[in-house]
Amino acid sequence: MARTVTTTRKSVNTALAWAIGLLIFFPILWTVLTSFKTEAQAVSDPPVWLFFDWTLDNYRTVLDRSDYARFLWNSIFIAGGSTVLGLLIAVPAAWSMAFVPSHRTKDILLWMLSTKMLPAVGVIYPIYLIFIKMGLLDTRTGLVVILMLINLPIIIWMLYTYFKEIPGEILEAARMDGAGLRNEITYVLLPMALPGIASTALLNLILAWNEAFWTLNLTAANAAPLTAFIASYSSPEGLFYAKLSAASTMAIAPILILGWFSQKQLVRGLTFGAVK
Amino acid sequence: MSTKASRNAARLMLAPAVILLLGWMLVPLTMTVLFSFQRYLPMRGGFQGWVGFENYASFVTSSAFWPSVVTTLVIVGSVLVITVVLGVVLAILLDQPMWGQGIVRILVIAPFFVMPTVSALVWKNMFMDPVNGLFSHLSRFFGAEPVLWLSEASMPSIILIVSWQWLPFATLILLTAIQSLDSEQQEAAEMDGAGPFSRFFFITLPHLSRAITIVILIQTIFLLAIFAEIFVTTQGAFGTRTLTYLIYQRVLESQNVGLGSAGGVYAIILANIVALFLMRIVGKNLDR
Repeated sequence: MARTVTTTRKSVNTALAWAIGLLIFFPILWTVLTSFKTEAQAVSDPPVWLFFDWTLDNYRTVLDRSDYARFLWNSIFIAGGSTVLGLLIAVPAAWSMAFVPSHRTKDILLWMLSTKMLPAVGVIYPIYLIFIKMGLLDTRTGLVVILMLINLPIIIWMLYTYFKEIPGEILEAARMDGAGLRNEITYVLLPMALPGIASTALLNLILAWNEAFWTLNLTAANAAPLTAFIASYSSPEGLFYAKLSAASTMAIAPILILGWFSQKQLVRGLTFGAVK
Repeated sequence: MSTKASRNAARLMLAPAVILLLGWMLVPLTMTVLFSFQRYLPMRGGFQGWVGFENYASFVTSSAFWPSVVTTLVIVGSVLVITVVLGVVLAILLDQPMWGQGIVRILVIAPFFVMPTVSALVWKNMFMDPVNGLFSHLSRFFGAEPVLWLSEASMPSIILIVSWQWLPFATLILLTAIQSLDSEQQEAAEMDGAGPFSRFFFITLPHLSRAITIVILIQTIFLLAIFAEIFVTTQGAFGTRTLTYLIYQRVLESQNVGLGSAGGVYAIILANIVALFLMRIVGKNLDR
């Protein structure tokens, strides 16, 4: 027997859920709205909601800051670079543990996960020293490596749970049909693994884009990404809400959109496959 | 069937990841442990001799230590309670039939994707600012004095910001878990006359217990390490200095590396205790 739901109950659910949803989303909505106001309108009391003179000036001002493009590029480079590098190392590792498991596989997986638990603040000084010695301080390369390392356990785990779902019989069938290892990988495994790899890449991009300990502490003028750019607004001068909003909107928009597409993968990745 | 050759190939494929993570774990960790036994002041000549457990003792006896532990526990505890309780409620609500479910879910999840520096600064300025913040407008509208959020109610403010960031995570995971609940079981209980409350306490909540445990453990690990939220709001002032922030100040601001490293070792031990429980659960799941 299917459960019957009255229209009244559905309406109440809908109203309640939308109210809460909008309340939670409100700070983001308010930031986006404020980014289109003038600085005076941004702080007006009572607040103006929708009926103000919409303007793009704040975006122009932020973009005209000579260094904005560099912060953006640093974010893209660091998030993208750490994702690509991470996948290059994680795909073979996850692959081998999923398809050629040994009695140690479980221990290795758990040990990898345990490295994720290391509190960053506990190792910041050694990393700082190593970075100085190797000339990596305030470089994009240095951050690519660090962010790759902190996310590597998560992406190996996530890939592992995806690869585990590929049935081994398919590989055997392909082999019986005379496919060589190369054909097996190109025509059988890769198409089946690609969605999982793409989801993993997406999650890693999101995590790396938003990382705000290492990016704040290991960069200065040269390699700072958007997290640090936004943090520079923490000591304000004069009216700056509208500009802060415009900068914030630009910093979060790409990842917000990517994130909405990856809700399911997020659960899998962040719970190490324990909740699917 | 894995042949010897394929097993060797597999080992080769695994090696880079293992070596990198091993290095990432061992090298800095060894250095931190070594520093923690030294008097090490980079601004005043660096290494100044071995001091045994002196740093460990002075870290815990300094006047800042216990307040920072209390601050950490209050923030982590409050955020956990808020996010888990509201997360369960929201997950159950979002699981009900309604119009526009997908959109509501997107709205609820959005804060998780906002970078920490943005959420902290937006809350600090546009909501909690005592002159121009939306909360102060609201207070004045009701004829009340605006609250100096981040100085007079600093802890509730930080807890609010961090809860806002983590509620989506709890909701999303609990919702995923709820959706795997067998609806026939629910219906059977309903037909047997179980009311919504007994259904919640005897069916939904037990079903969610594992997901709740996972949410608590994962959030604890991340919450113990929150940094940017405090860095851009109070800088650790007004009683918001967490253990993480205290260590950060010792190491990078006052450049007392020996002392800070001893603090770091405490933080590592603390995180590992939590991690141990998490690994148990994840490990069990691996066997299924």
